[in-house]
Amino acid sequence: MTALSILYVVLFYAAIAVLIGGITNKVLQYKRVPAPLKIPVTPAPMTKGGVAWRLTMEIVLFNSLFRSSKWTWIFGWIFHVALLLAFFRHLRYVVSPDSFLWPIVSLQVVQSFGKYAGFAMVVGLIGLLGRRIFVDRVRYISSPSDYLMLLLIIGIAVSGLMMNYVVRTDIVQLKAFIMGLFLFDWQNLPSDFILLVHLTLVLILSFVFPISKLLHAPGLFFAPTRNQVDNPREVRHLSPWGAELEAKDGRNA
Amino acid sequence: MADFEIPETHEFPVIPTVMEGVMSHSAPFLAKEQFQAPLGFPGNGELIEGWKETFLEKLGEMLGKYRSLQVFMDICVKCGACTDKCHYFLGTGDAKNMPVARQDLLRKVYRRYFTFAGKHFPKLVGAVDLTEEIIDEMYSYYHQCSECRRCSVFCPYGIDTAEVTMAARDILAHVGKGQKYSNEIIGKVHKIGNNLGLPEPALADTLEGLEEEVEEDTGVKVRYPLDEKGADILLVTPSADFFAEPHVDGLIGYGKVFHAAGVSWTVSSKASEAANFGLFIGNYENMREISLRIREAAKELGVKRIIFGECGHAWRVAYSFLNTLAGPWDFLDPNYPVPQHILDFTSDCLDRGILNIDKSENDWMTLTFHDSCNVARASRIGSYPGSQFEIPRKVIKAVCNNFHDMAPETIHDSTFCCGGGGGLLTDDLIELRIKGALPRMEALKNVIEDKGVTHMAAICAICKSQFTKVLPYYGMTMDQIVSVHQLVSSAIILEGQGDEDEAEADTEEAA
Repeated sequence: MTALSILYVVLFYAAIAVLIGGITNKVLQYKRVPAPLKIPVTPAPMTKGGVAWRLTMEIVLFNSLFRSSKWTWIFGWIFHVALLLAFFRHLRYVVSPDSFLWPIVSLQVVQSFGKYAGFAMVVGLIGLLGRRIFVDRVRYISSPSDYLMLLLIIGIAVSGLMMNYVVRTDIVQLKAFIMGLFLFDWQNLPSDFILLVHLTLVLILSFVFPISKLLHAPGLFFAPTRNQVDNPREVRHLSPWGAELEAKDGRNA
Repeated sequence: MADFEIPETHEFPVIPTVMEGVMSHSAPFLAKEQFQAPLGFPGNGELIEGWKETFLEKLGEMLGKYRSLQVFMDICVKCGACTDKCHYFLGTGDAKNMPVARQDLLRKVYRRYFTFAGKHFPKLVGAVDLTEEIIDEMYSYYHQCSECRRCSVFCPYGIDTAEVTMAARDILAHVGKGQKYSNEIIGKVHKIGNNLGLPEPALADTLEGLEEEVEEDTGVKVRYPLDEKGADILLVTPSADFFAEPHVDGLIGYGKVFHAAGVSWTVSSKASEAANFGLFIGNYENMREISLRIREAAKELGVKRIIFGECGHAWRVAYSFLNTLAGPWDFLDPNYPVPQHILDFTSDCLDRGILNIDKSENDWMTLTFHDSCNVARASRIGSYPGSQFEIPRKVIKAVCNNFHDMAPETIHDSTFCCGGGGGLLTDDLIELRIKGALPRMEALKNVIEDKGVTHMAAICAICKSQFTKVLPYYGMTMDQIVSVHQLVSSAIILEGQGDEDEAEADTEEAA
């Protein structure tokens, strides 16, 4: 194996560990910290099913963002949908042809949509970057990391597109490398420059995910303003530390 | 009239250009020891010794106690959706009045001391050291937020600046930077029972006066009872209802509705205040303490139900938190919601046809309705989501012939705060209050010009007081704000009242 391949094997394992470990750690923290009071933003659903629907609409359609800012909504929504399509296309690198998933992953529609999604992704991201630069309010609230995050993902999308349209890489060898990671049967990684750029940026994204605003993805499910059922009068809501206060003075007896 | 410019109103809202620091001079008076100590806060209006450690320790504690704070500190992506949603930003143009910028005052300190990125790459992620200047900035701008939650409605993740403001205020109070206005008032509630410091005899006197007034007015003996054991209903209402205009006209209305419905009710001198400023300062213990008075009063008086009068944040605490803070309410009649909103009660009476209404009594007015933020975005009134918007309008339309809503983007859950909520209803913040009222004033002016609206009805004591104060600055008059139950009160014909009116009319005709 080449030294480069060994380096990337190590980096990939590290990235997966950081990504999974980091997000798990954060999710467990969000679960552990209690929400002591009922604070859904109303009108709010009165059932758990209603809450699931509310969150689904936020995740699929970005409902609230649609109400706030049509430009941010259109660019943001395009980017996220494109990201999802690109993700489906990339499954071909981790799904073996004898897997039951292969017939779906290899569908023409999945593959070509995933390909063109790359362009949509860049459009969405450039739109978001444009807002950050040109809208004075958004410029004021932006930190260097906010720009870098957009540039990082633009870099991933552009390098990905380049491998499709400019400099092709050995995807058979690439798949062997990735499958090797899962099977602990490590293989060489093609040493094409663009591929290395693409993978390196993805690795950086994985390392950064659990310590950055990308936490909005899991965090969305934990916002009490959106995930609580509107039933405070019917069901008594009490946090462990609220219960401790009560137990101490007995005034709620 | 004032040493600052009153903002101009426009036909359509104008999003101001971002300006830095134009409101950095605004800050409410600090609480001296006499107002800090009774609430369990240290200091004398100055930073206490070891403030930095205390601040960070308290912040860490809050992060462990409030999921909202922990999640909201982490997940903001700075998309900018909230930046043009805050009435204080729209009214002042100050950059730090954009909700995300306001949150960032605390978030940048959180990042510096509690996150990997902020500890190691502060410049990259906008993390900063905690300094006295940062504290002063927080004290200023966390008192330029009325905790109205409008930003939260528009945030793709539901990040609620109110939660951040409350946490920040609580932390500030713990390092000696408490707010005089709220803390002094909470002290009065703990000591006397209401925000105004009205003792029992004064209250009895006031209610007696009301009875006389109503009898003079209608010829009917409507009771306004105090501390009456065995009454069915305990009415908990903001103390402003006992004397302020137009609040008191609302209280008169509640009494008439209760009278017409034939129910027995009472006010309690112990819980003679619906307001709960513990919410404003973000302090669970104080909020609970204030709520527990209601539990004690309900037990002592042996009531079966609890009804809240017109008050915004009080209704939020009542509807959303009372069960948590002062429950369980298993000793009350389970056939009624605990607590119930006075409008729910009145609306039900109207449905059952037990109120005799003469709408023409309100014909001289054309009404609009101001949704109070805490009712609109933090509670419900009736049995279904959104009833907090429909029930007040239904009641107004049942007692008035002329009604027009303001522009759709300024009502319901998009409603604009009056500019004085969240513990800011104090004269030391008058500039902020006037400027923050701009979006609401704009919407009101437009409906006055286009639809001939003459009066705006509200169901919140703070809104009513705030509008009374700021309407004149925008070229309107203070009496253009009315209570919803004031409208009910004018239109309701009590049994025995009609005869006399007719008799009067007859004599007039005869003469």
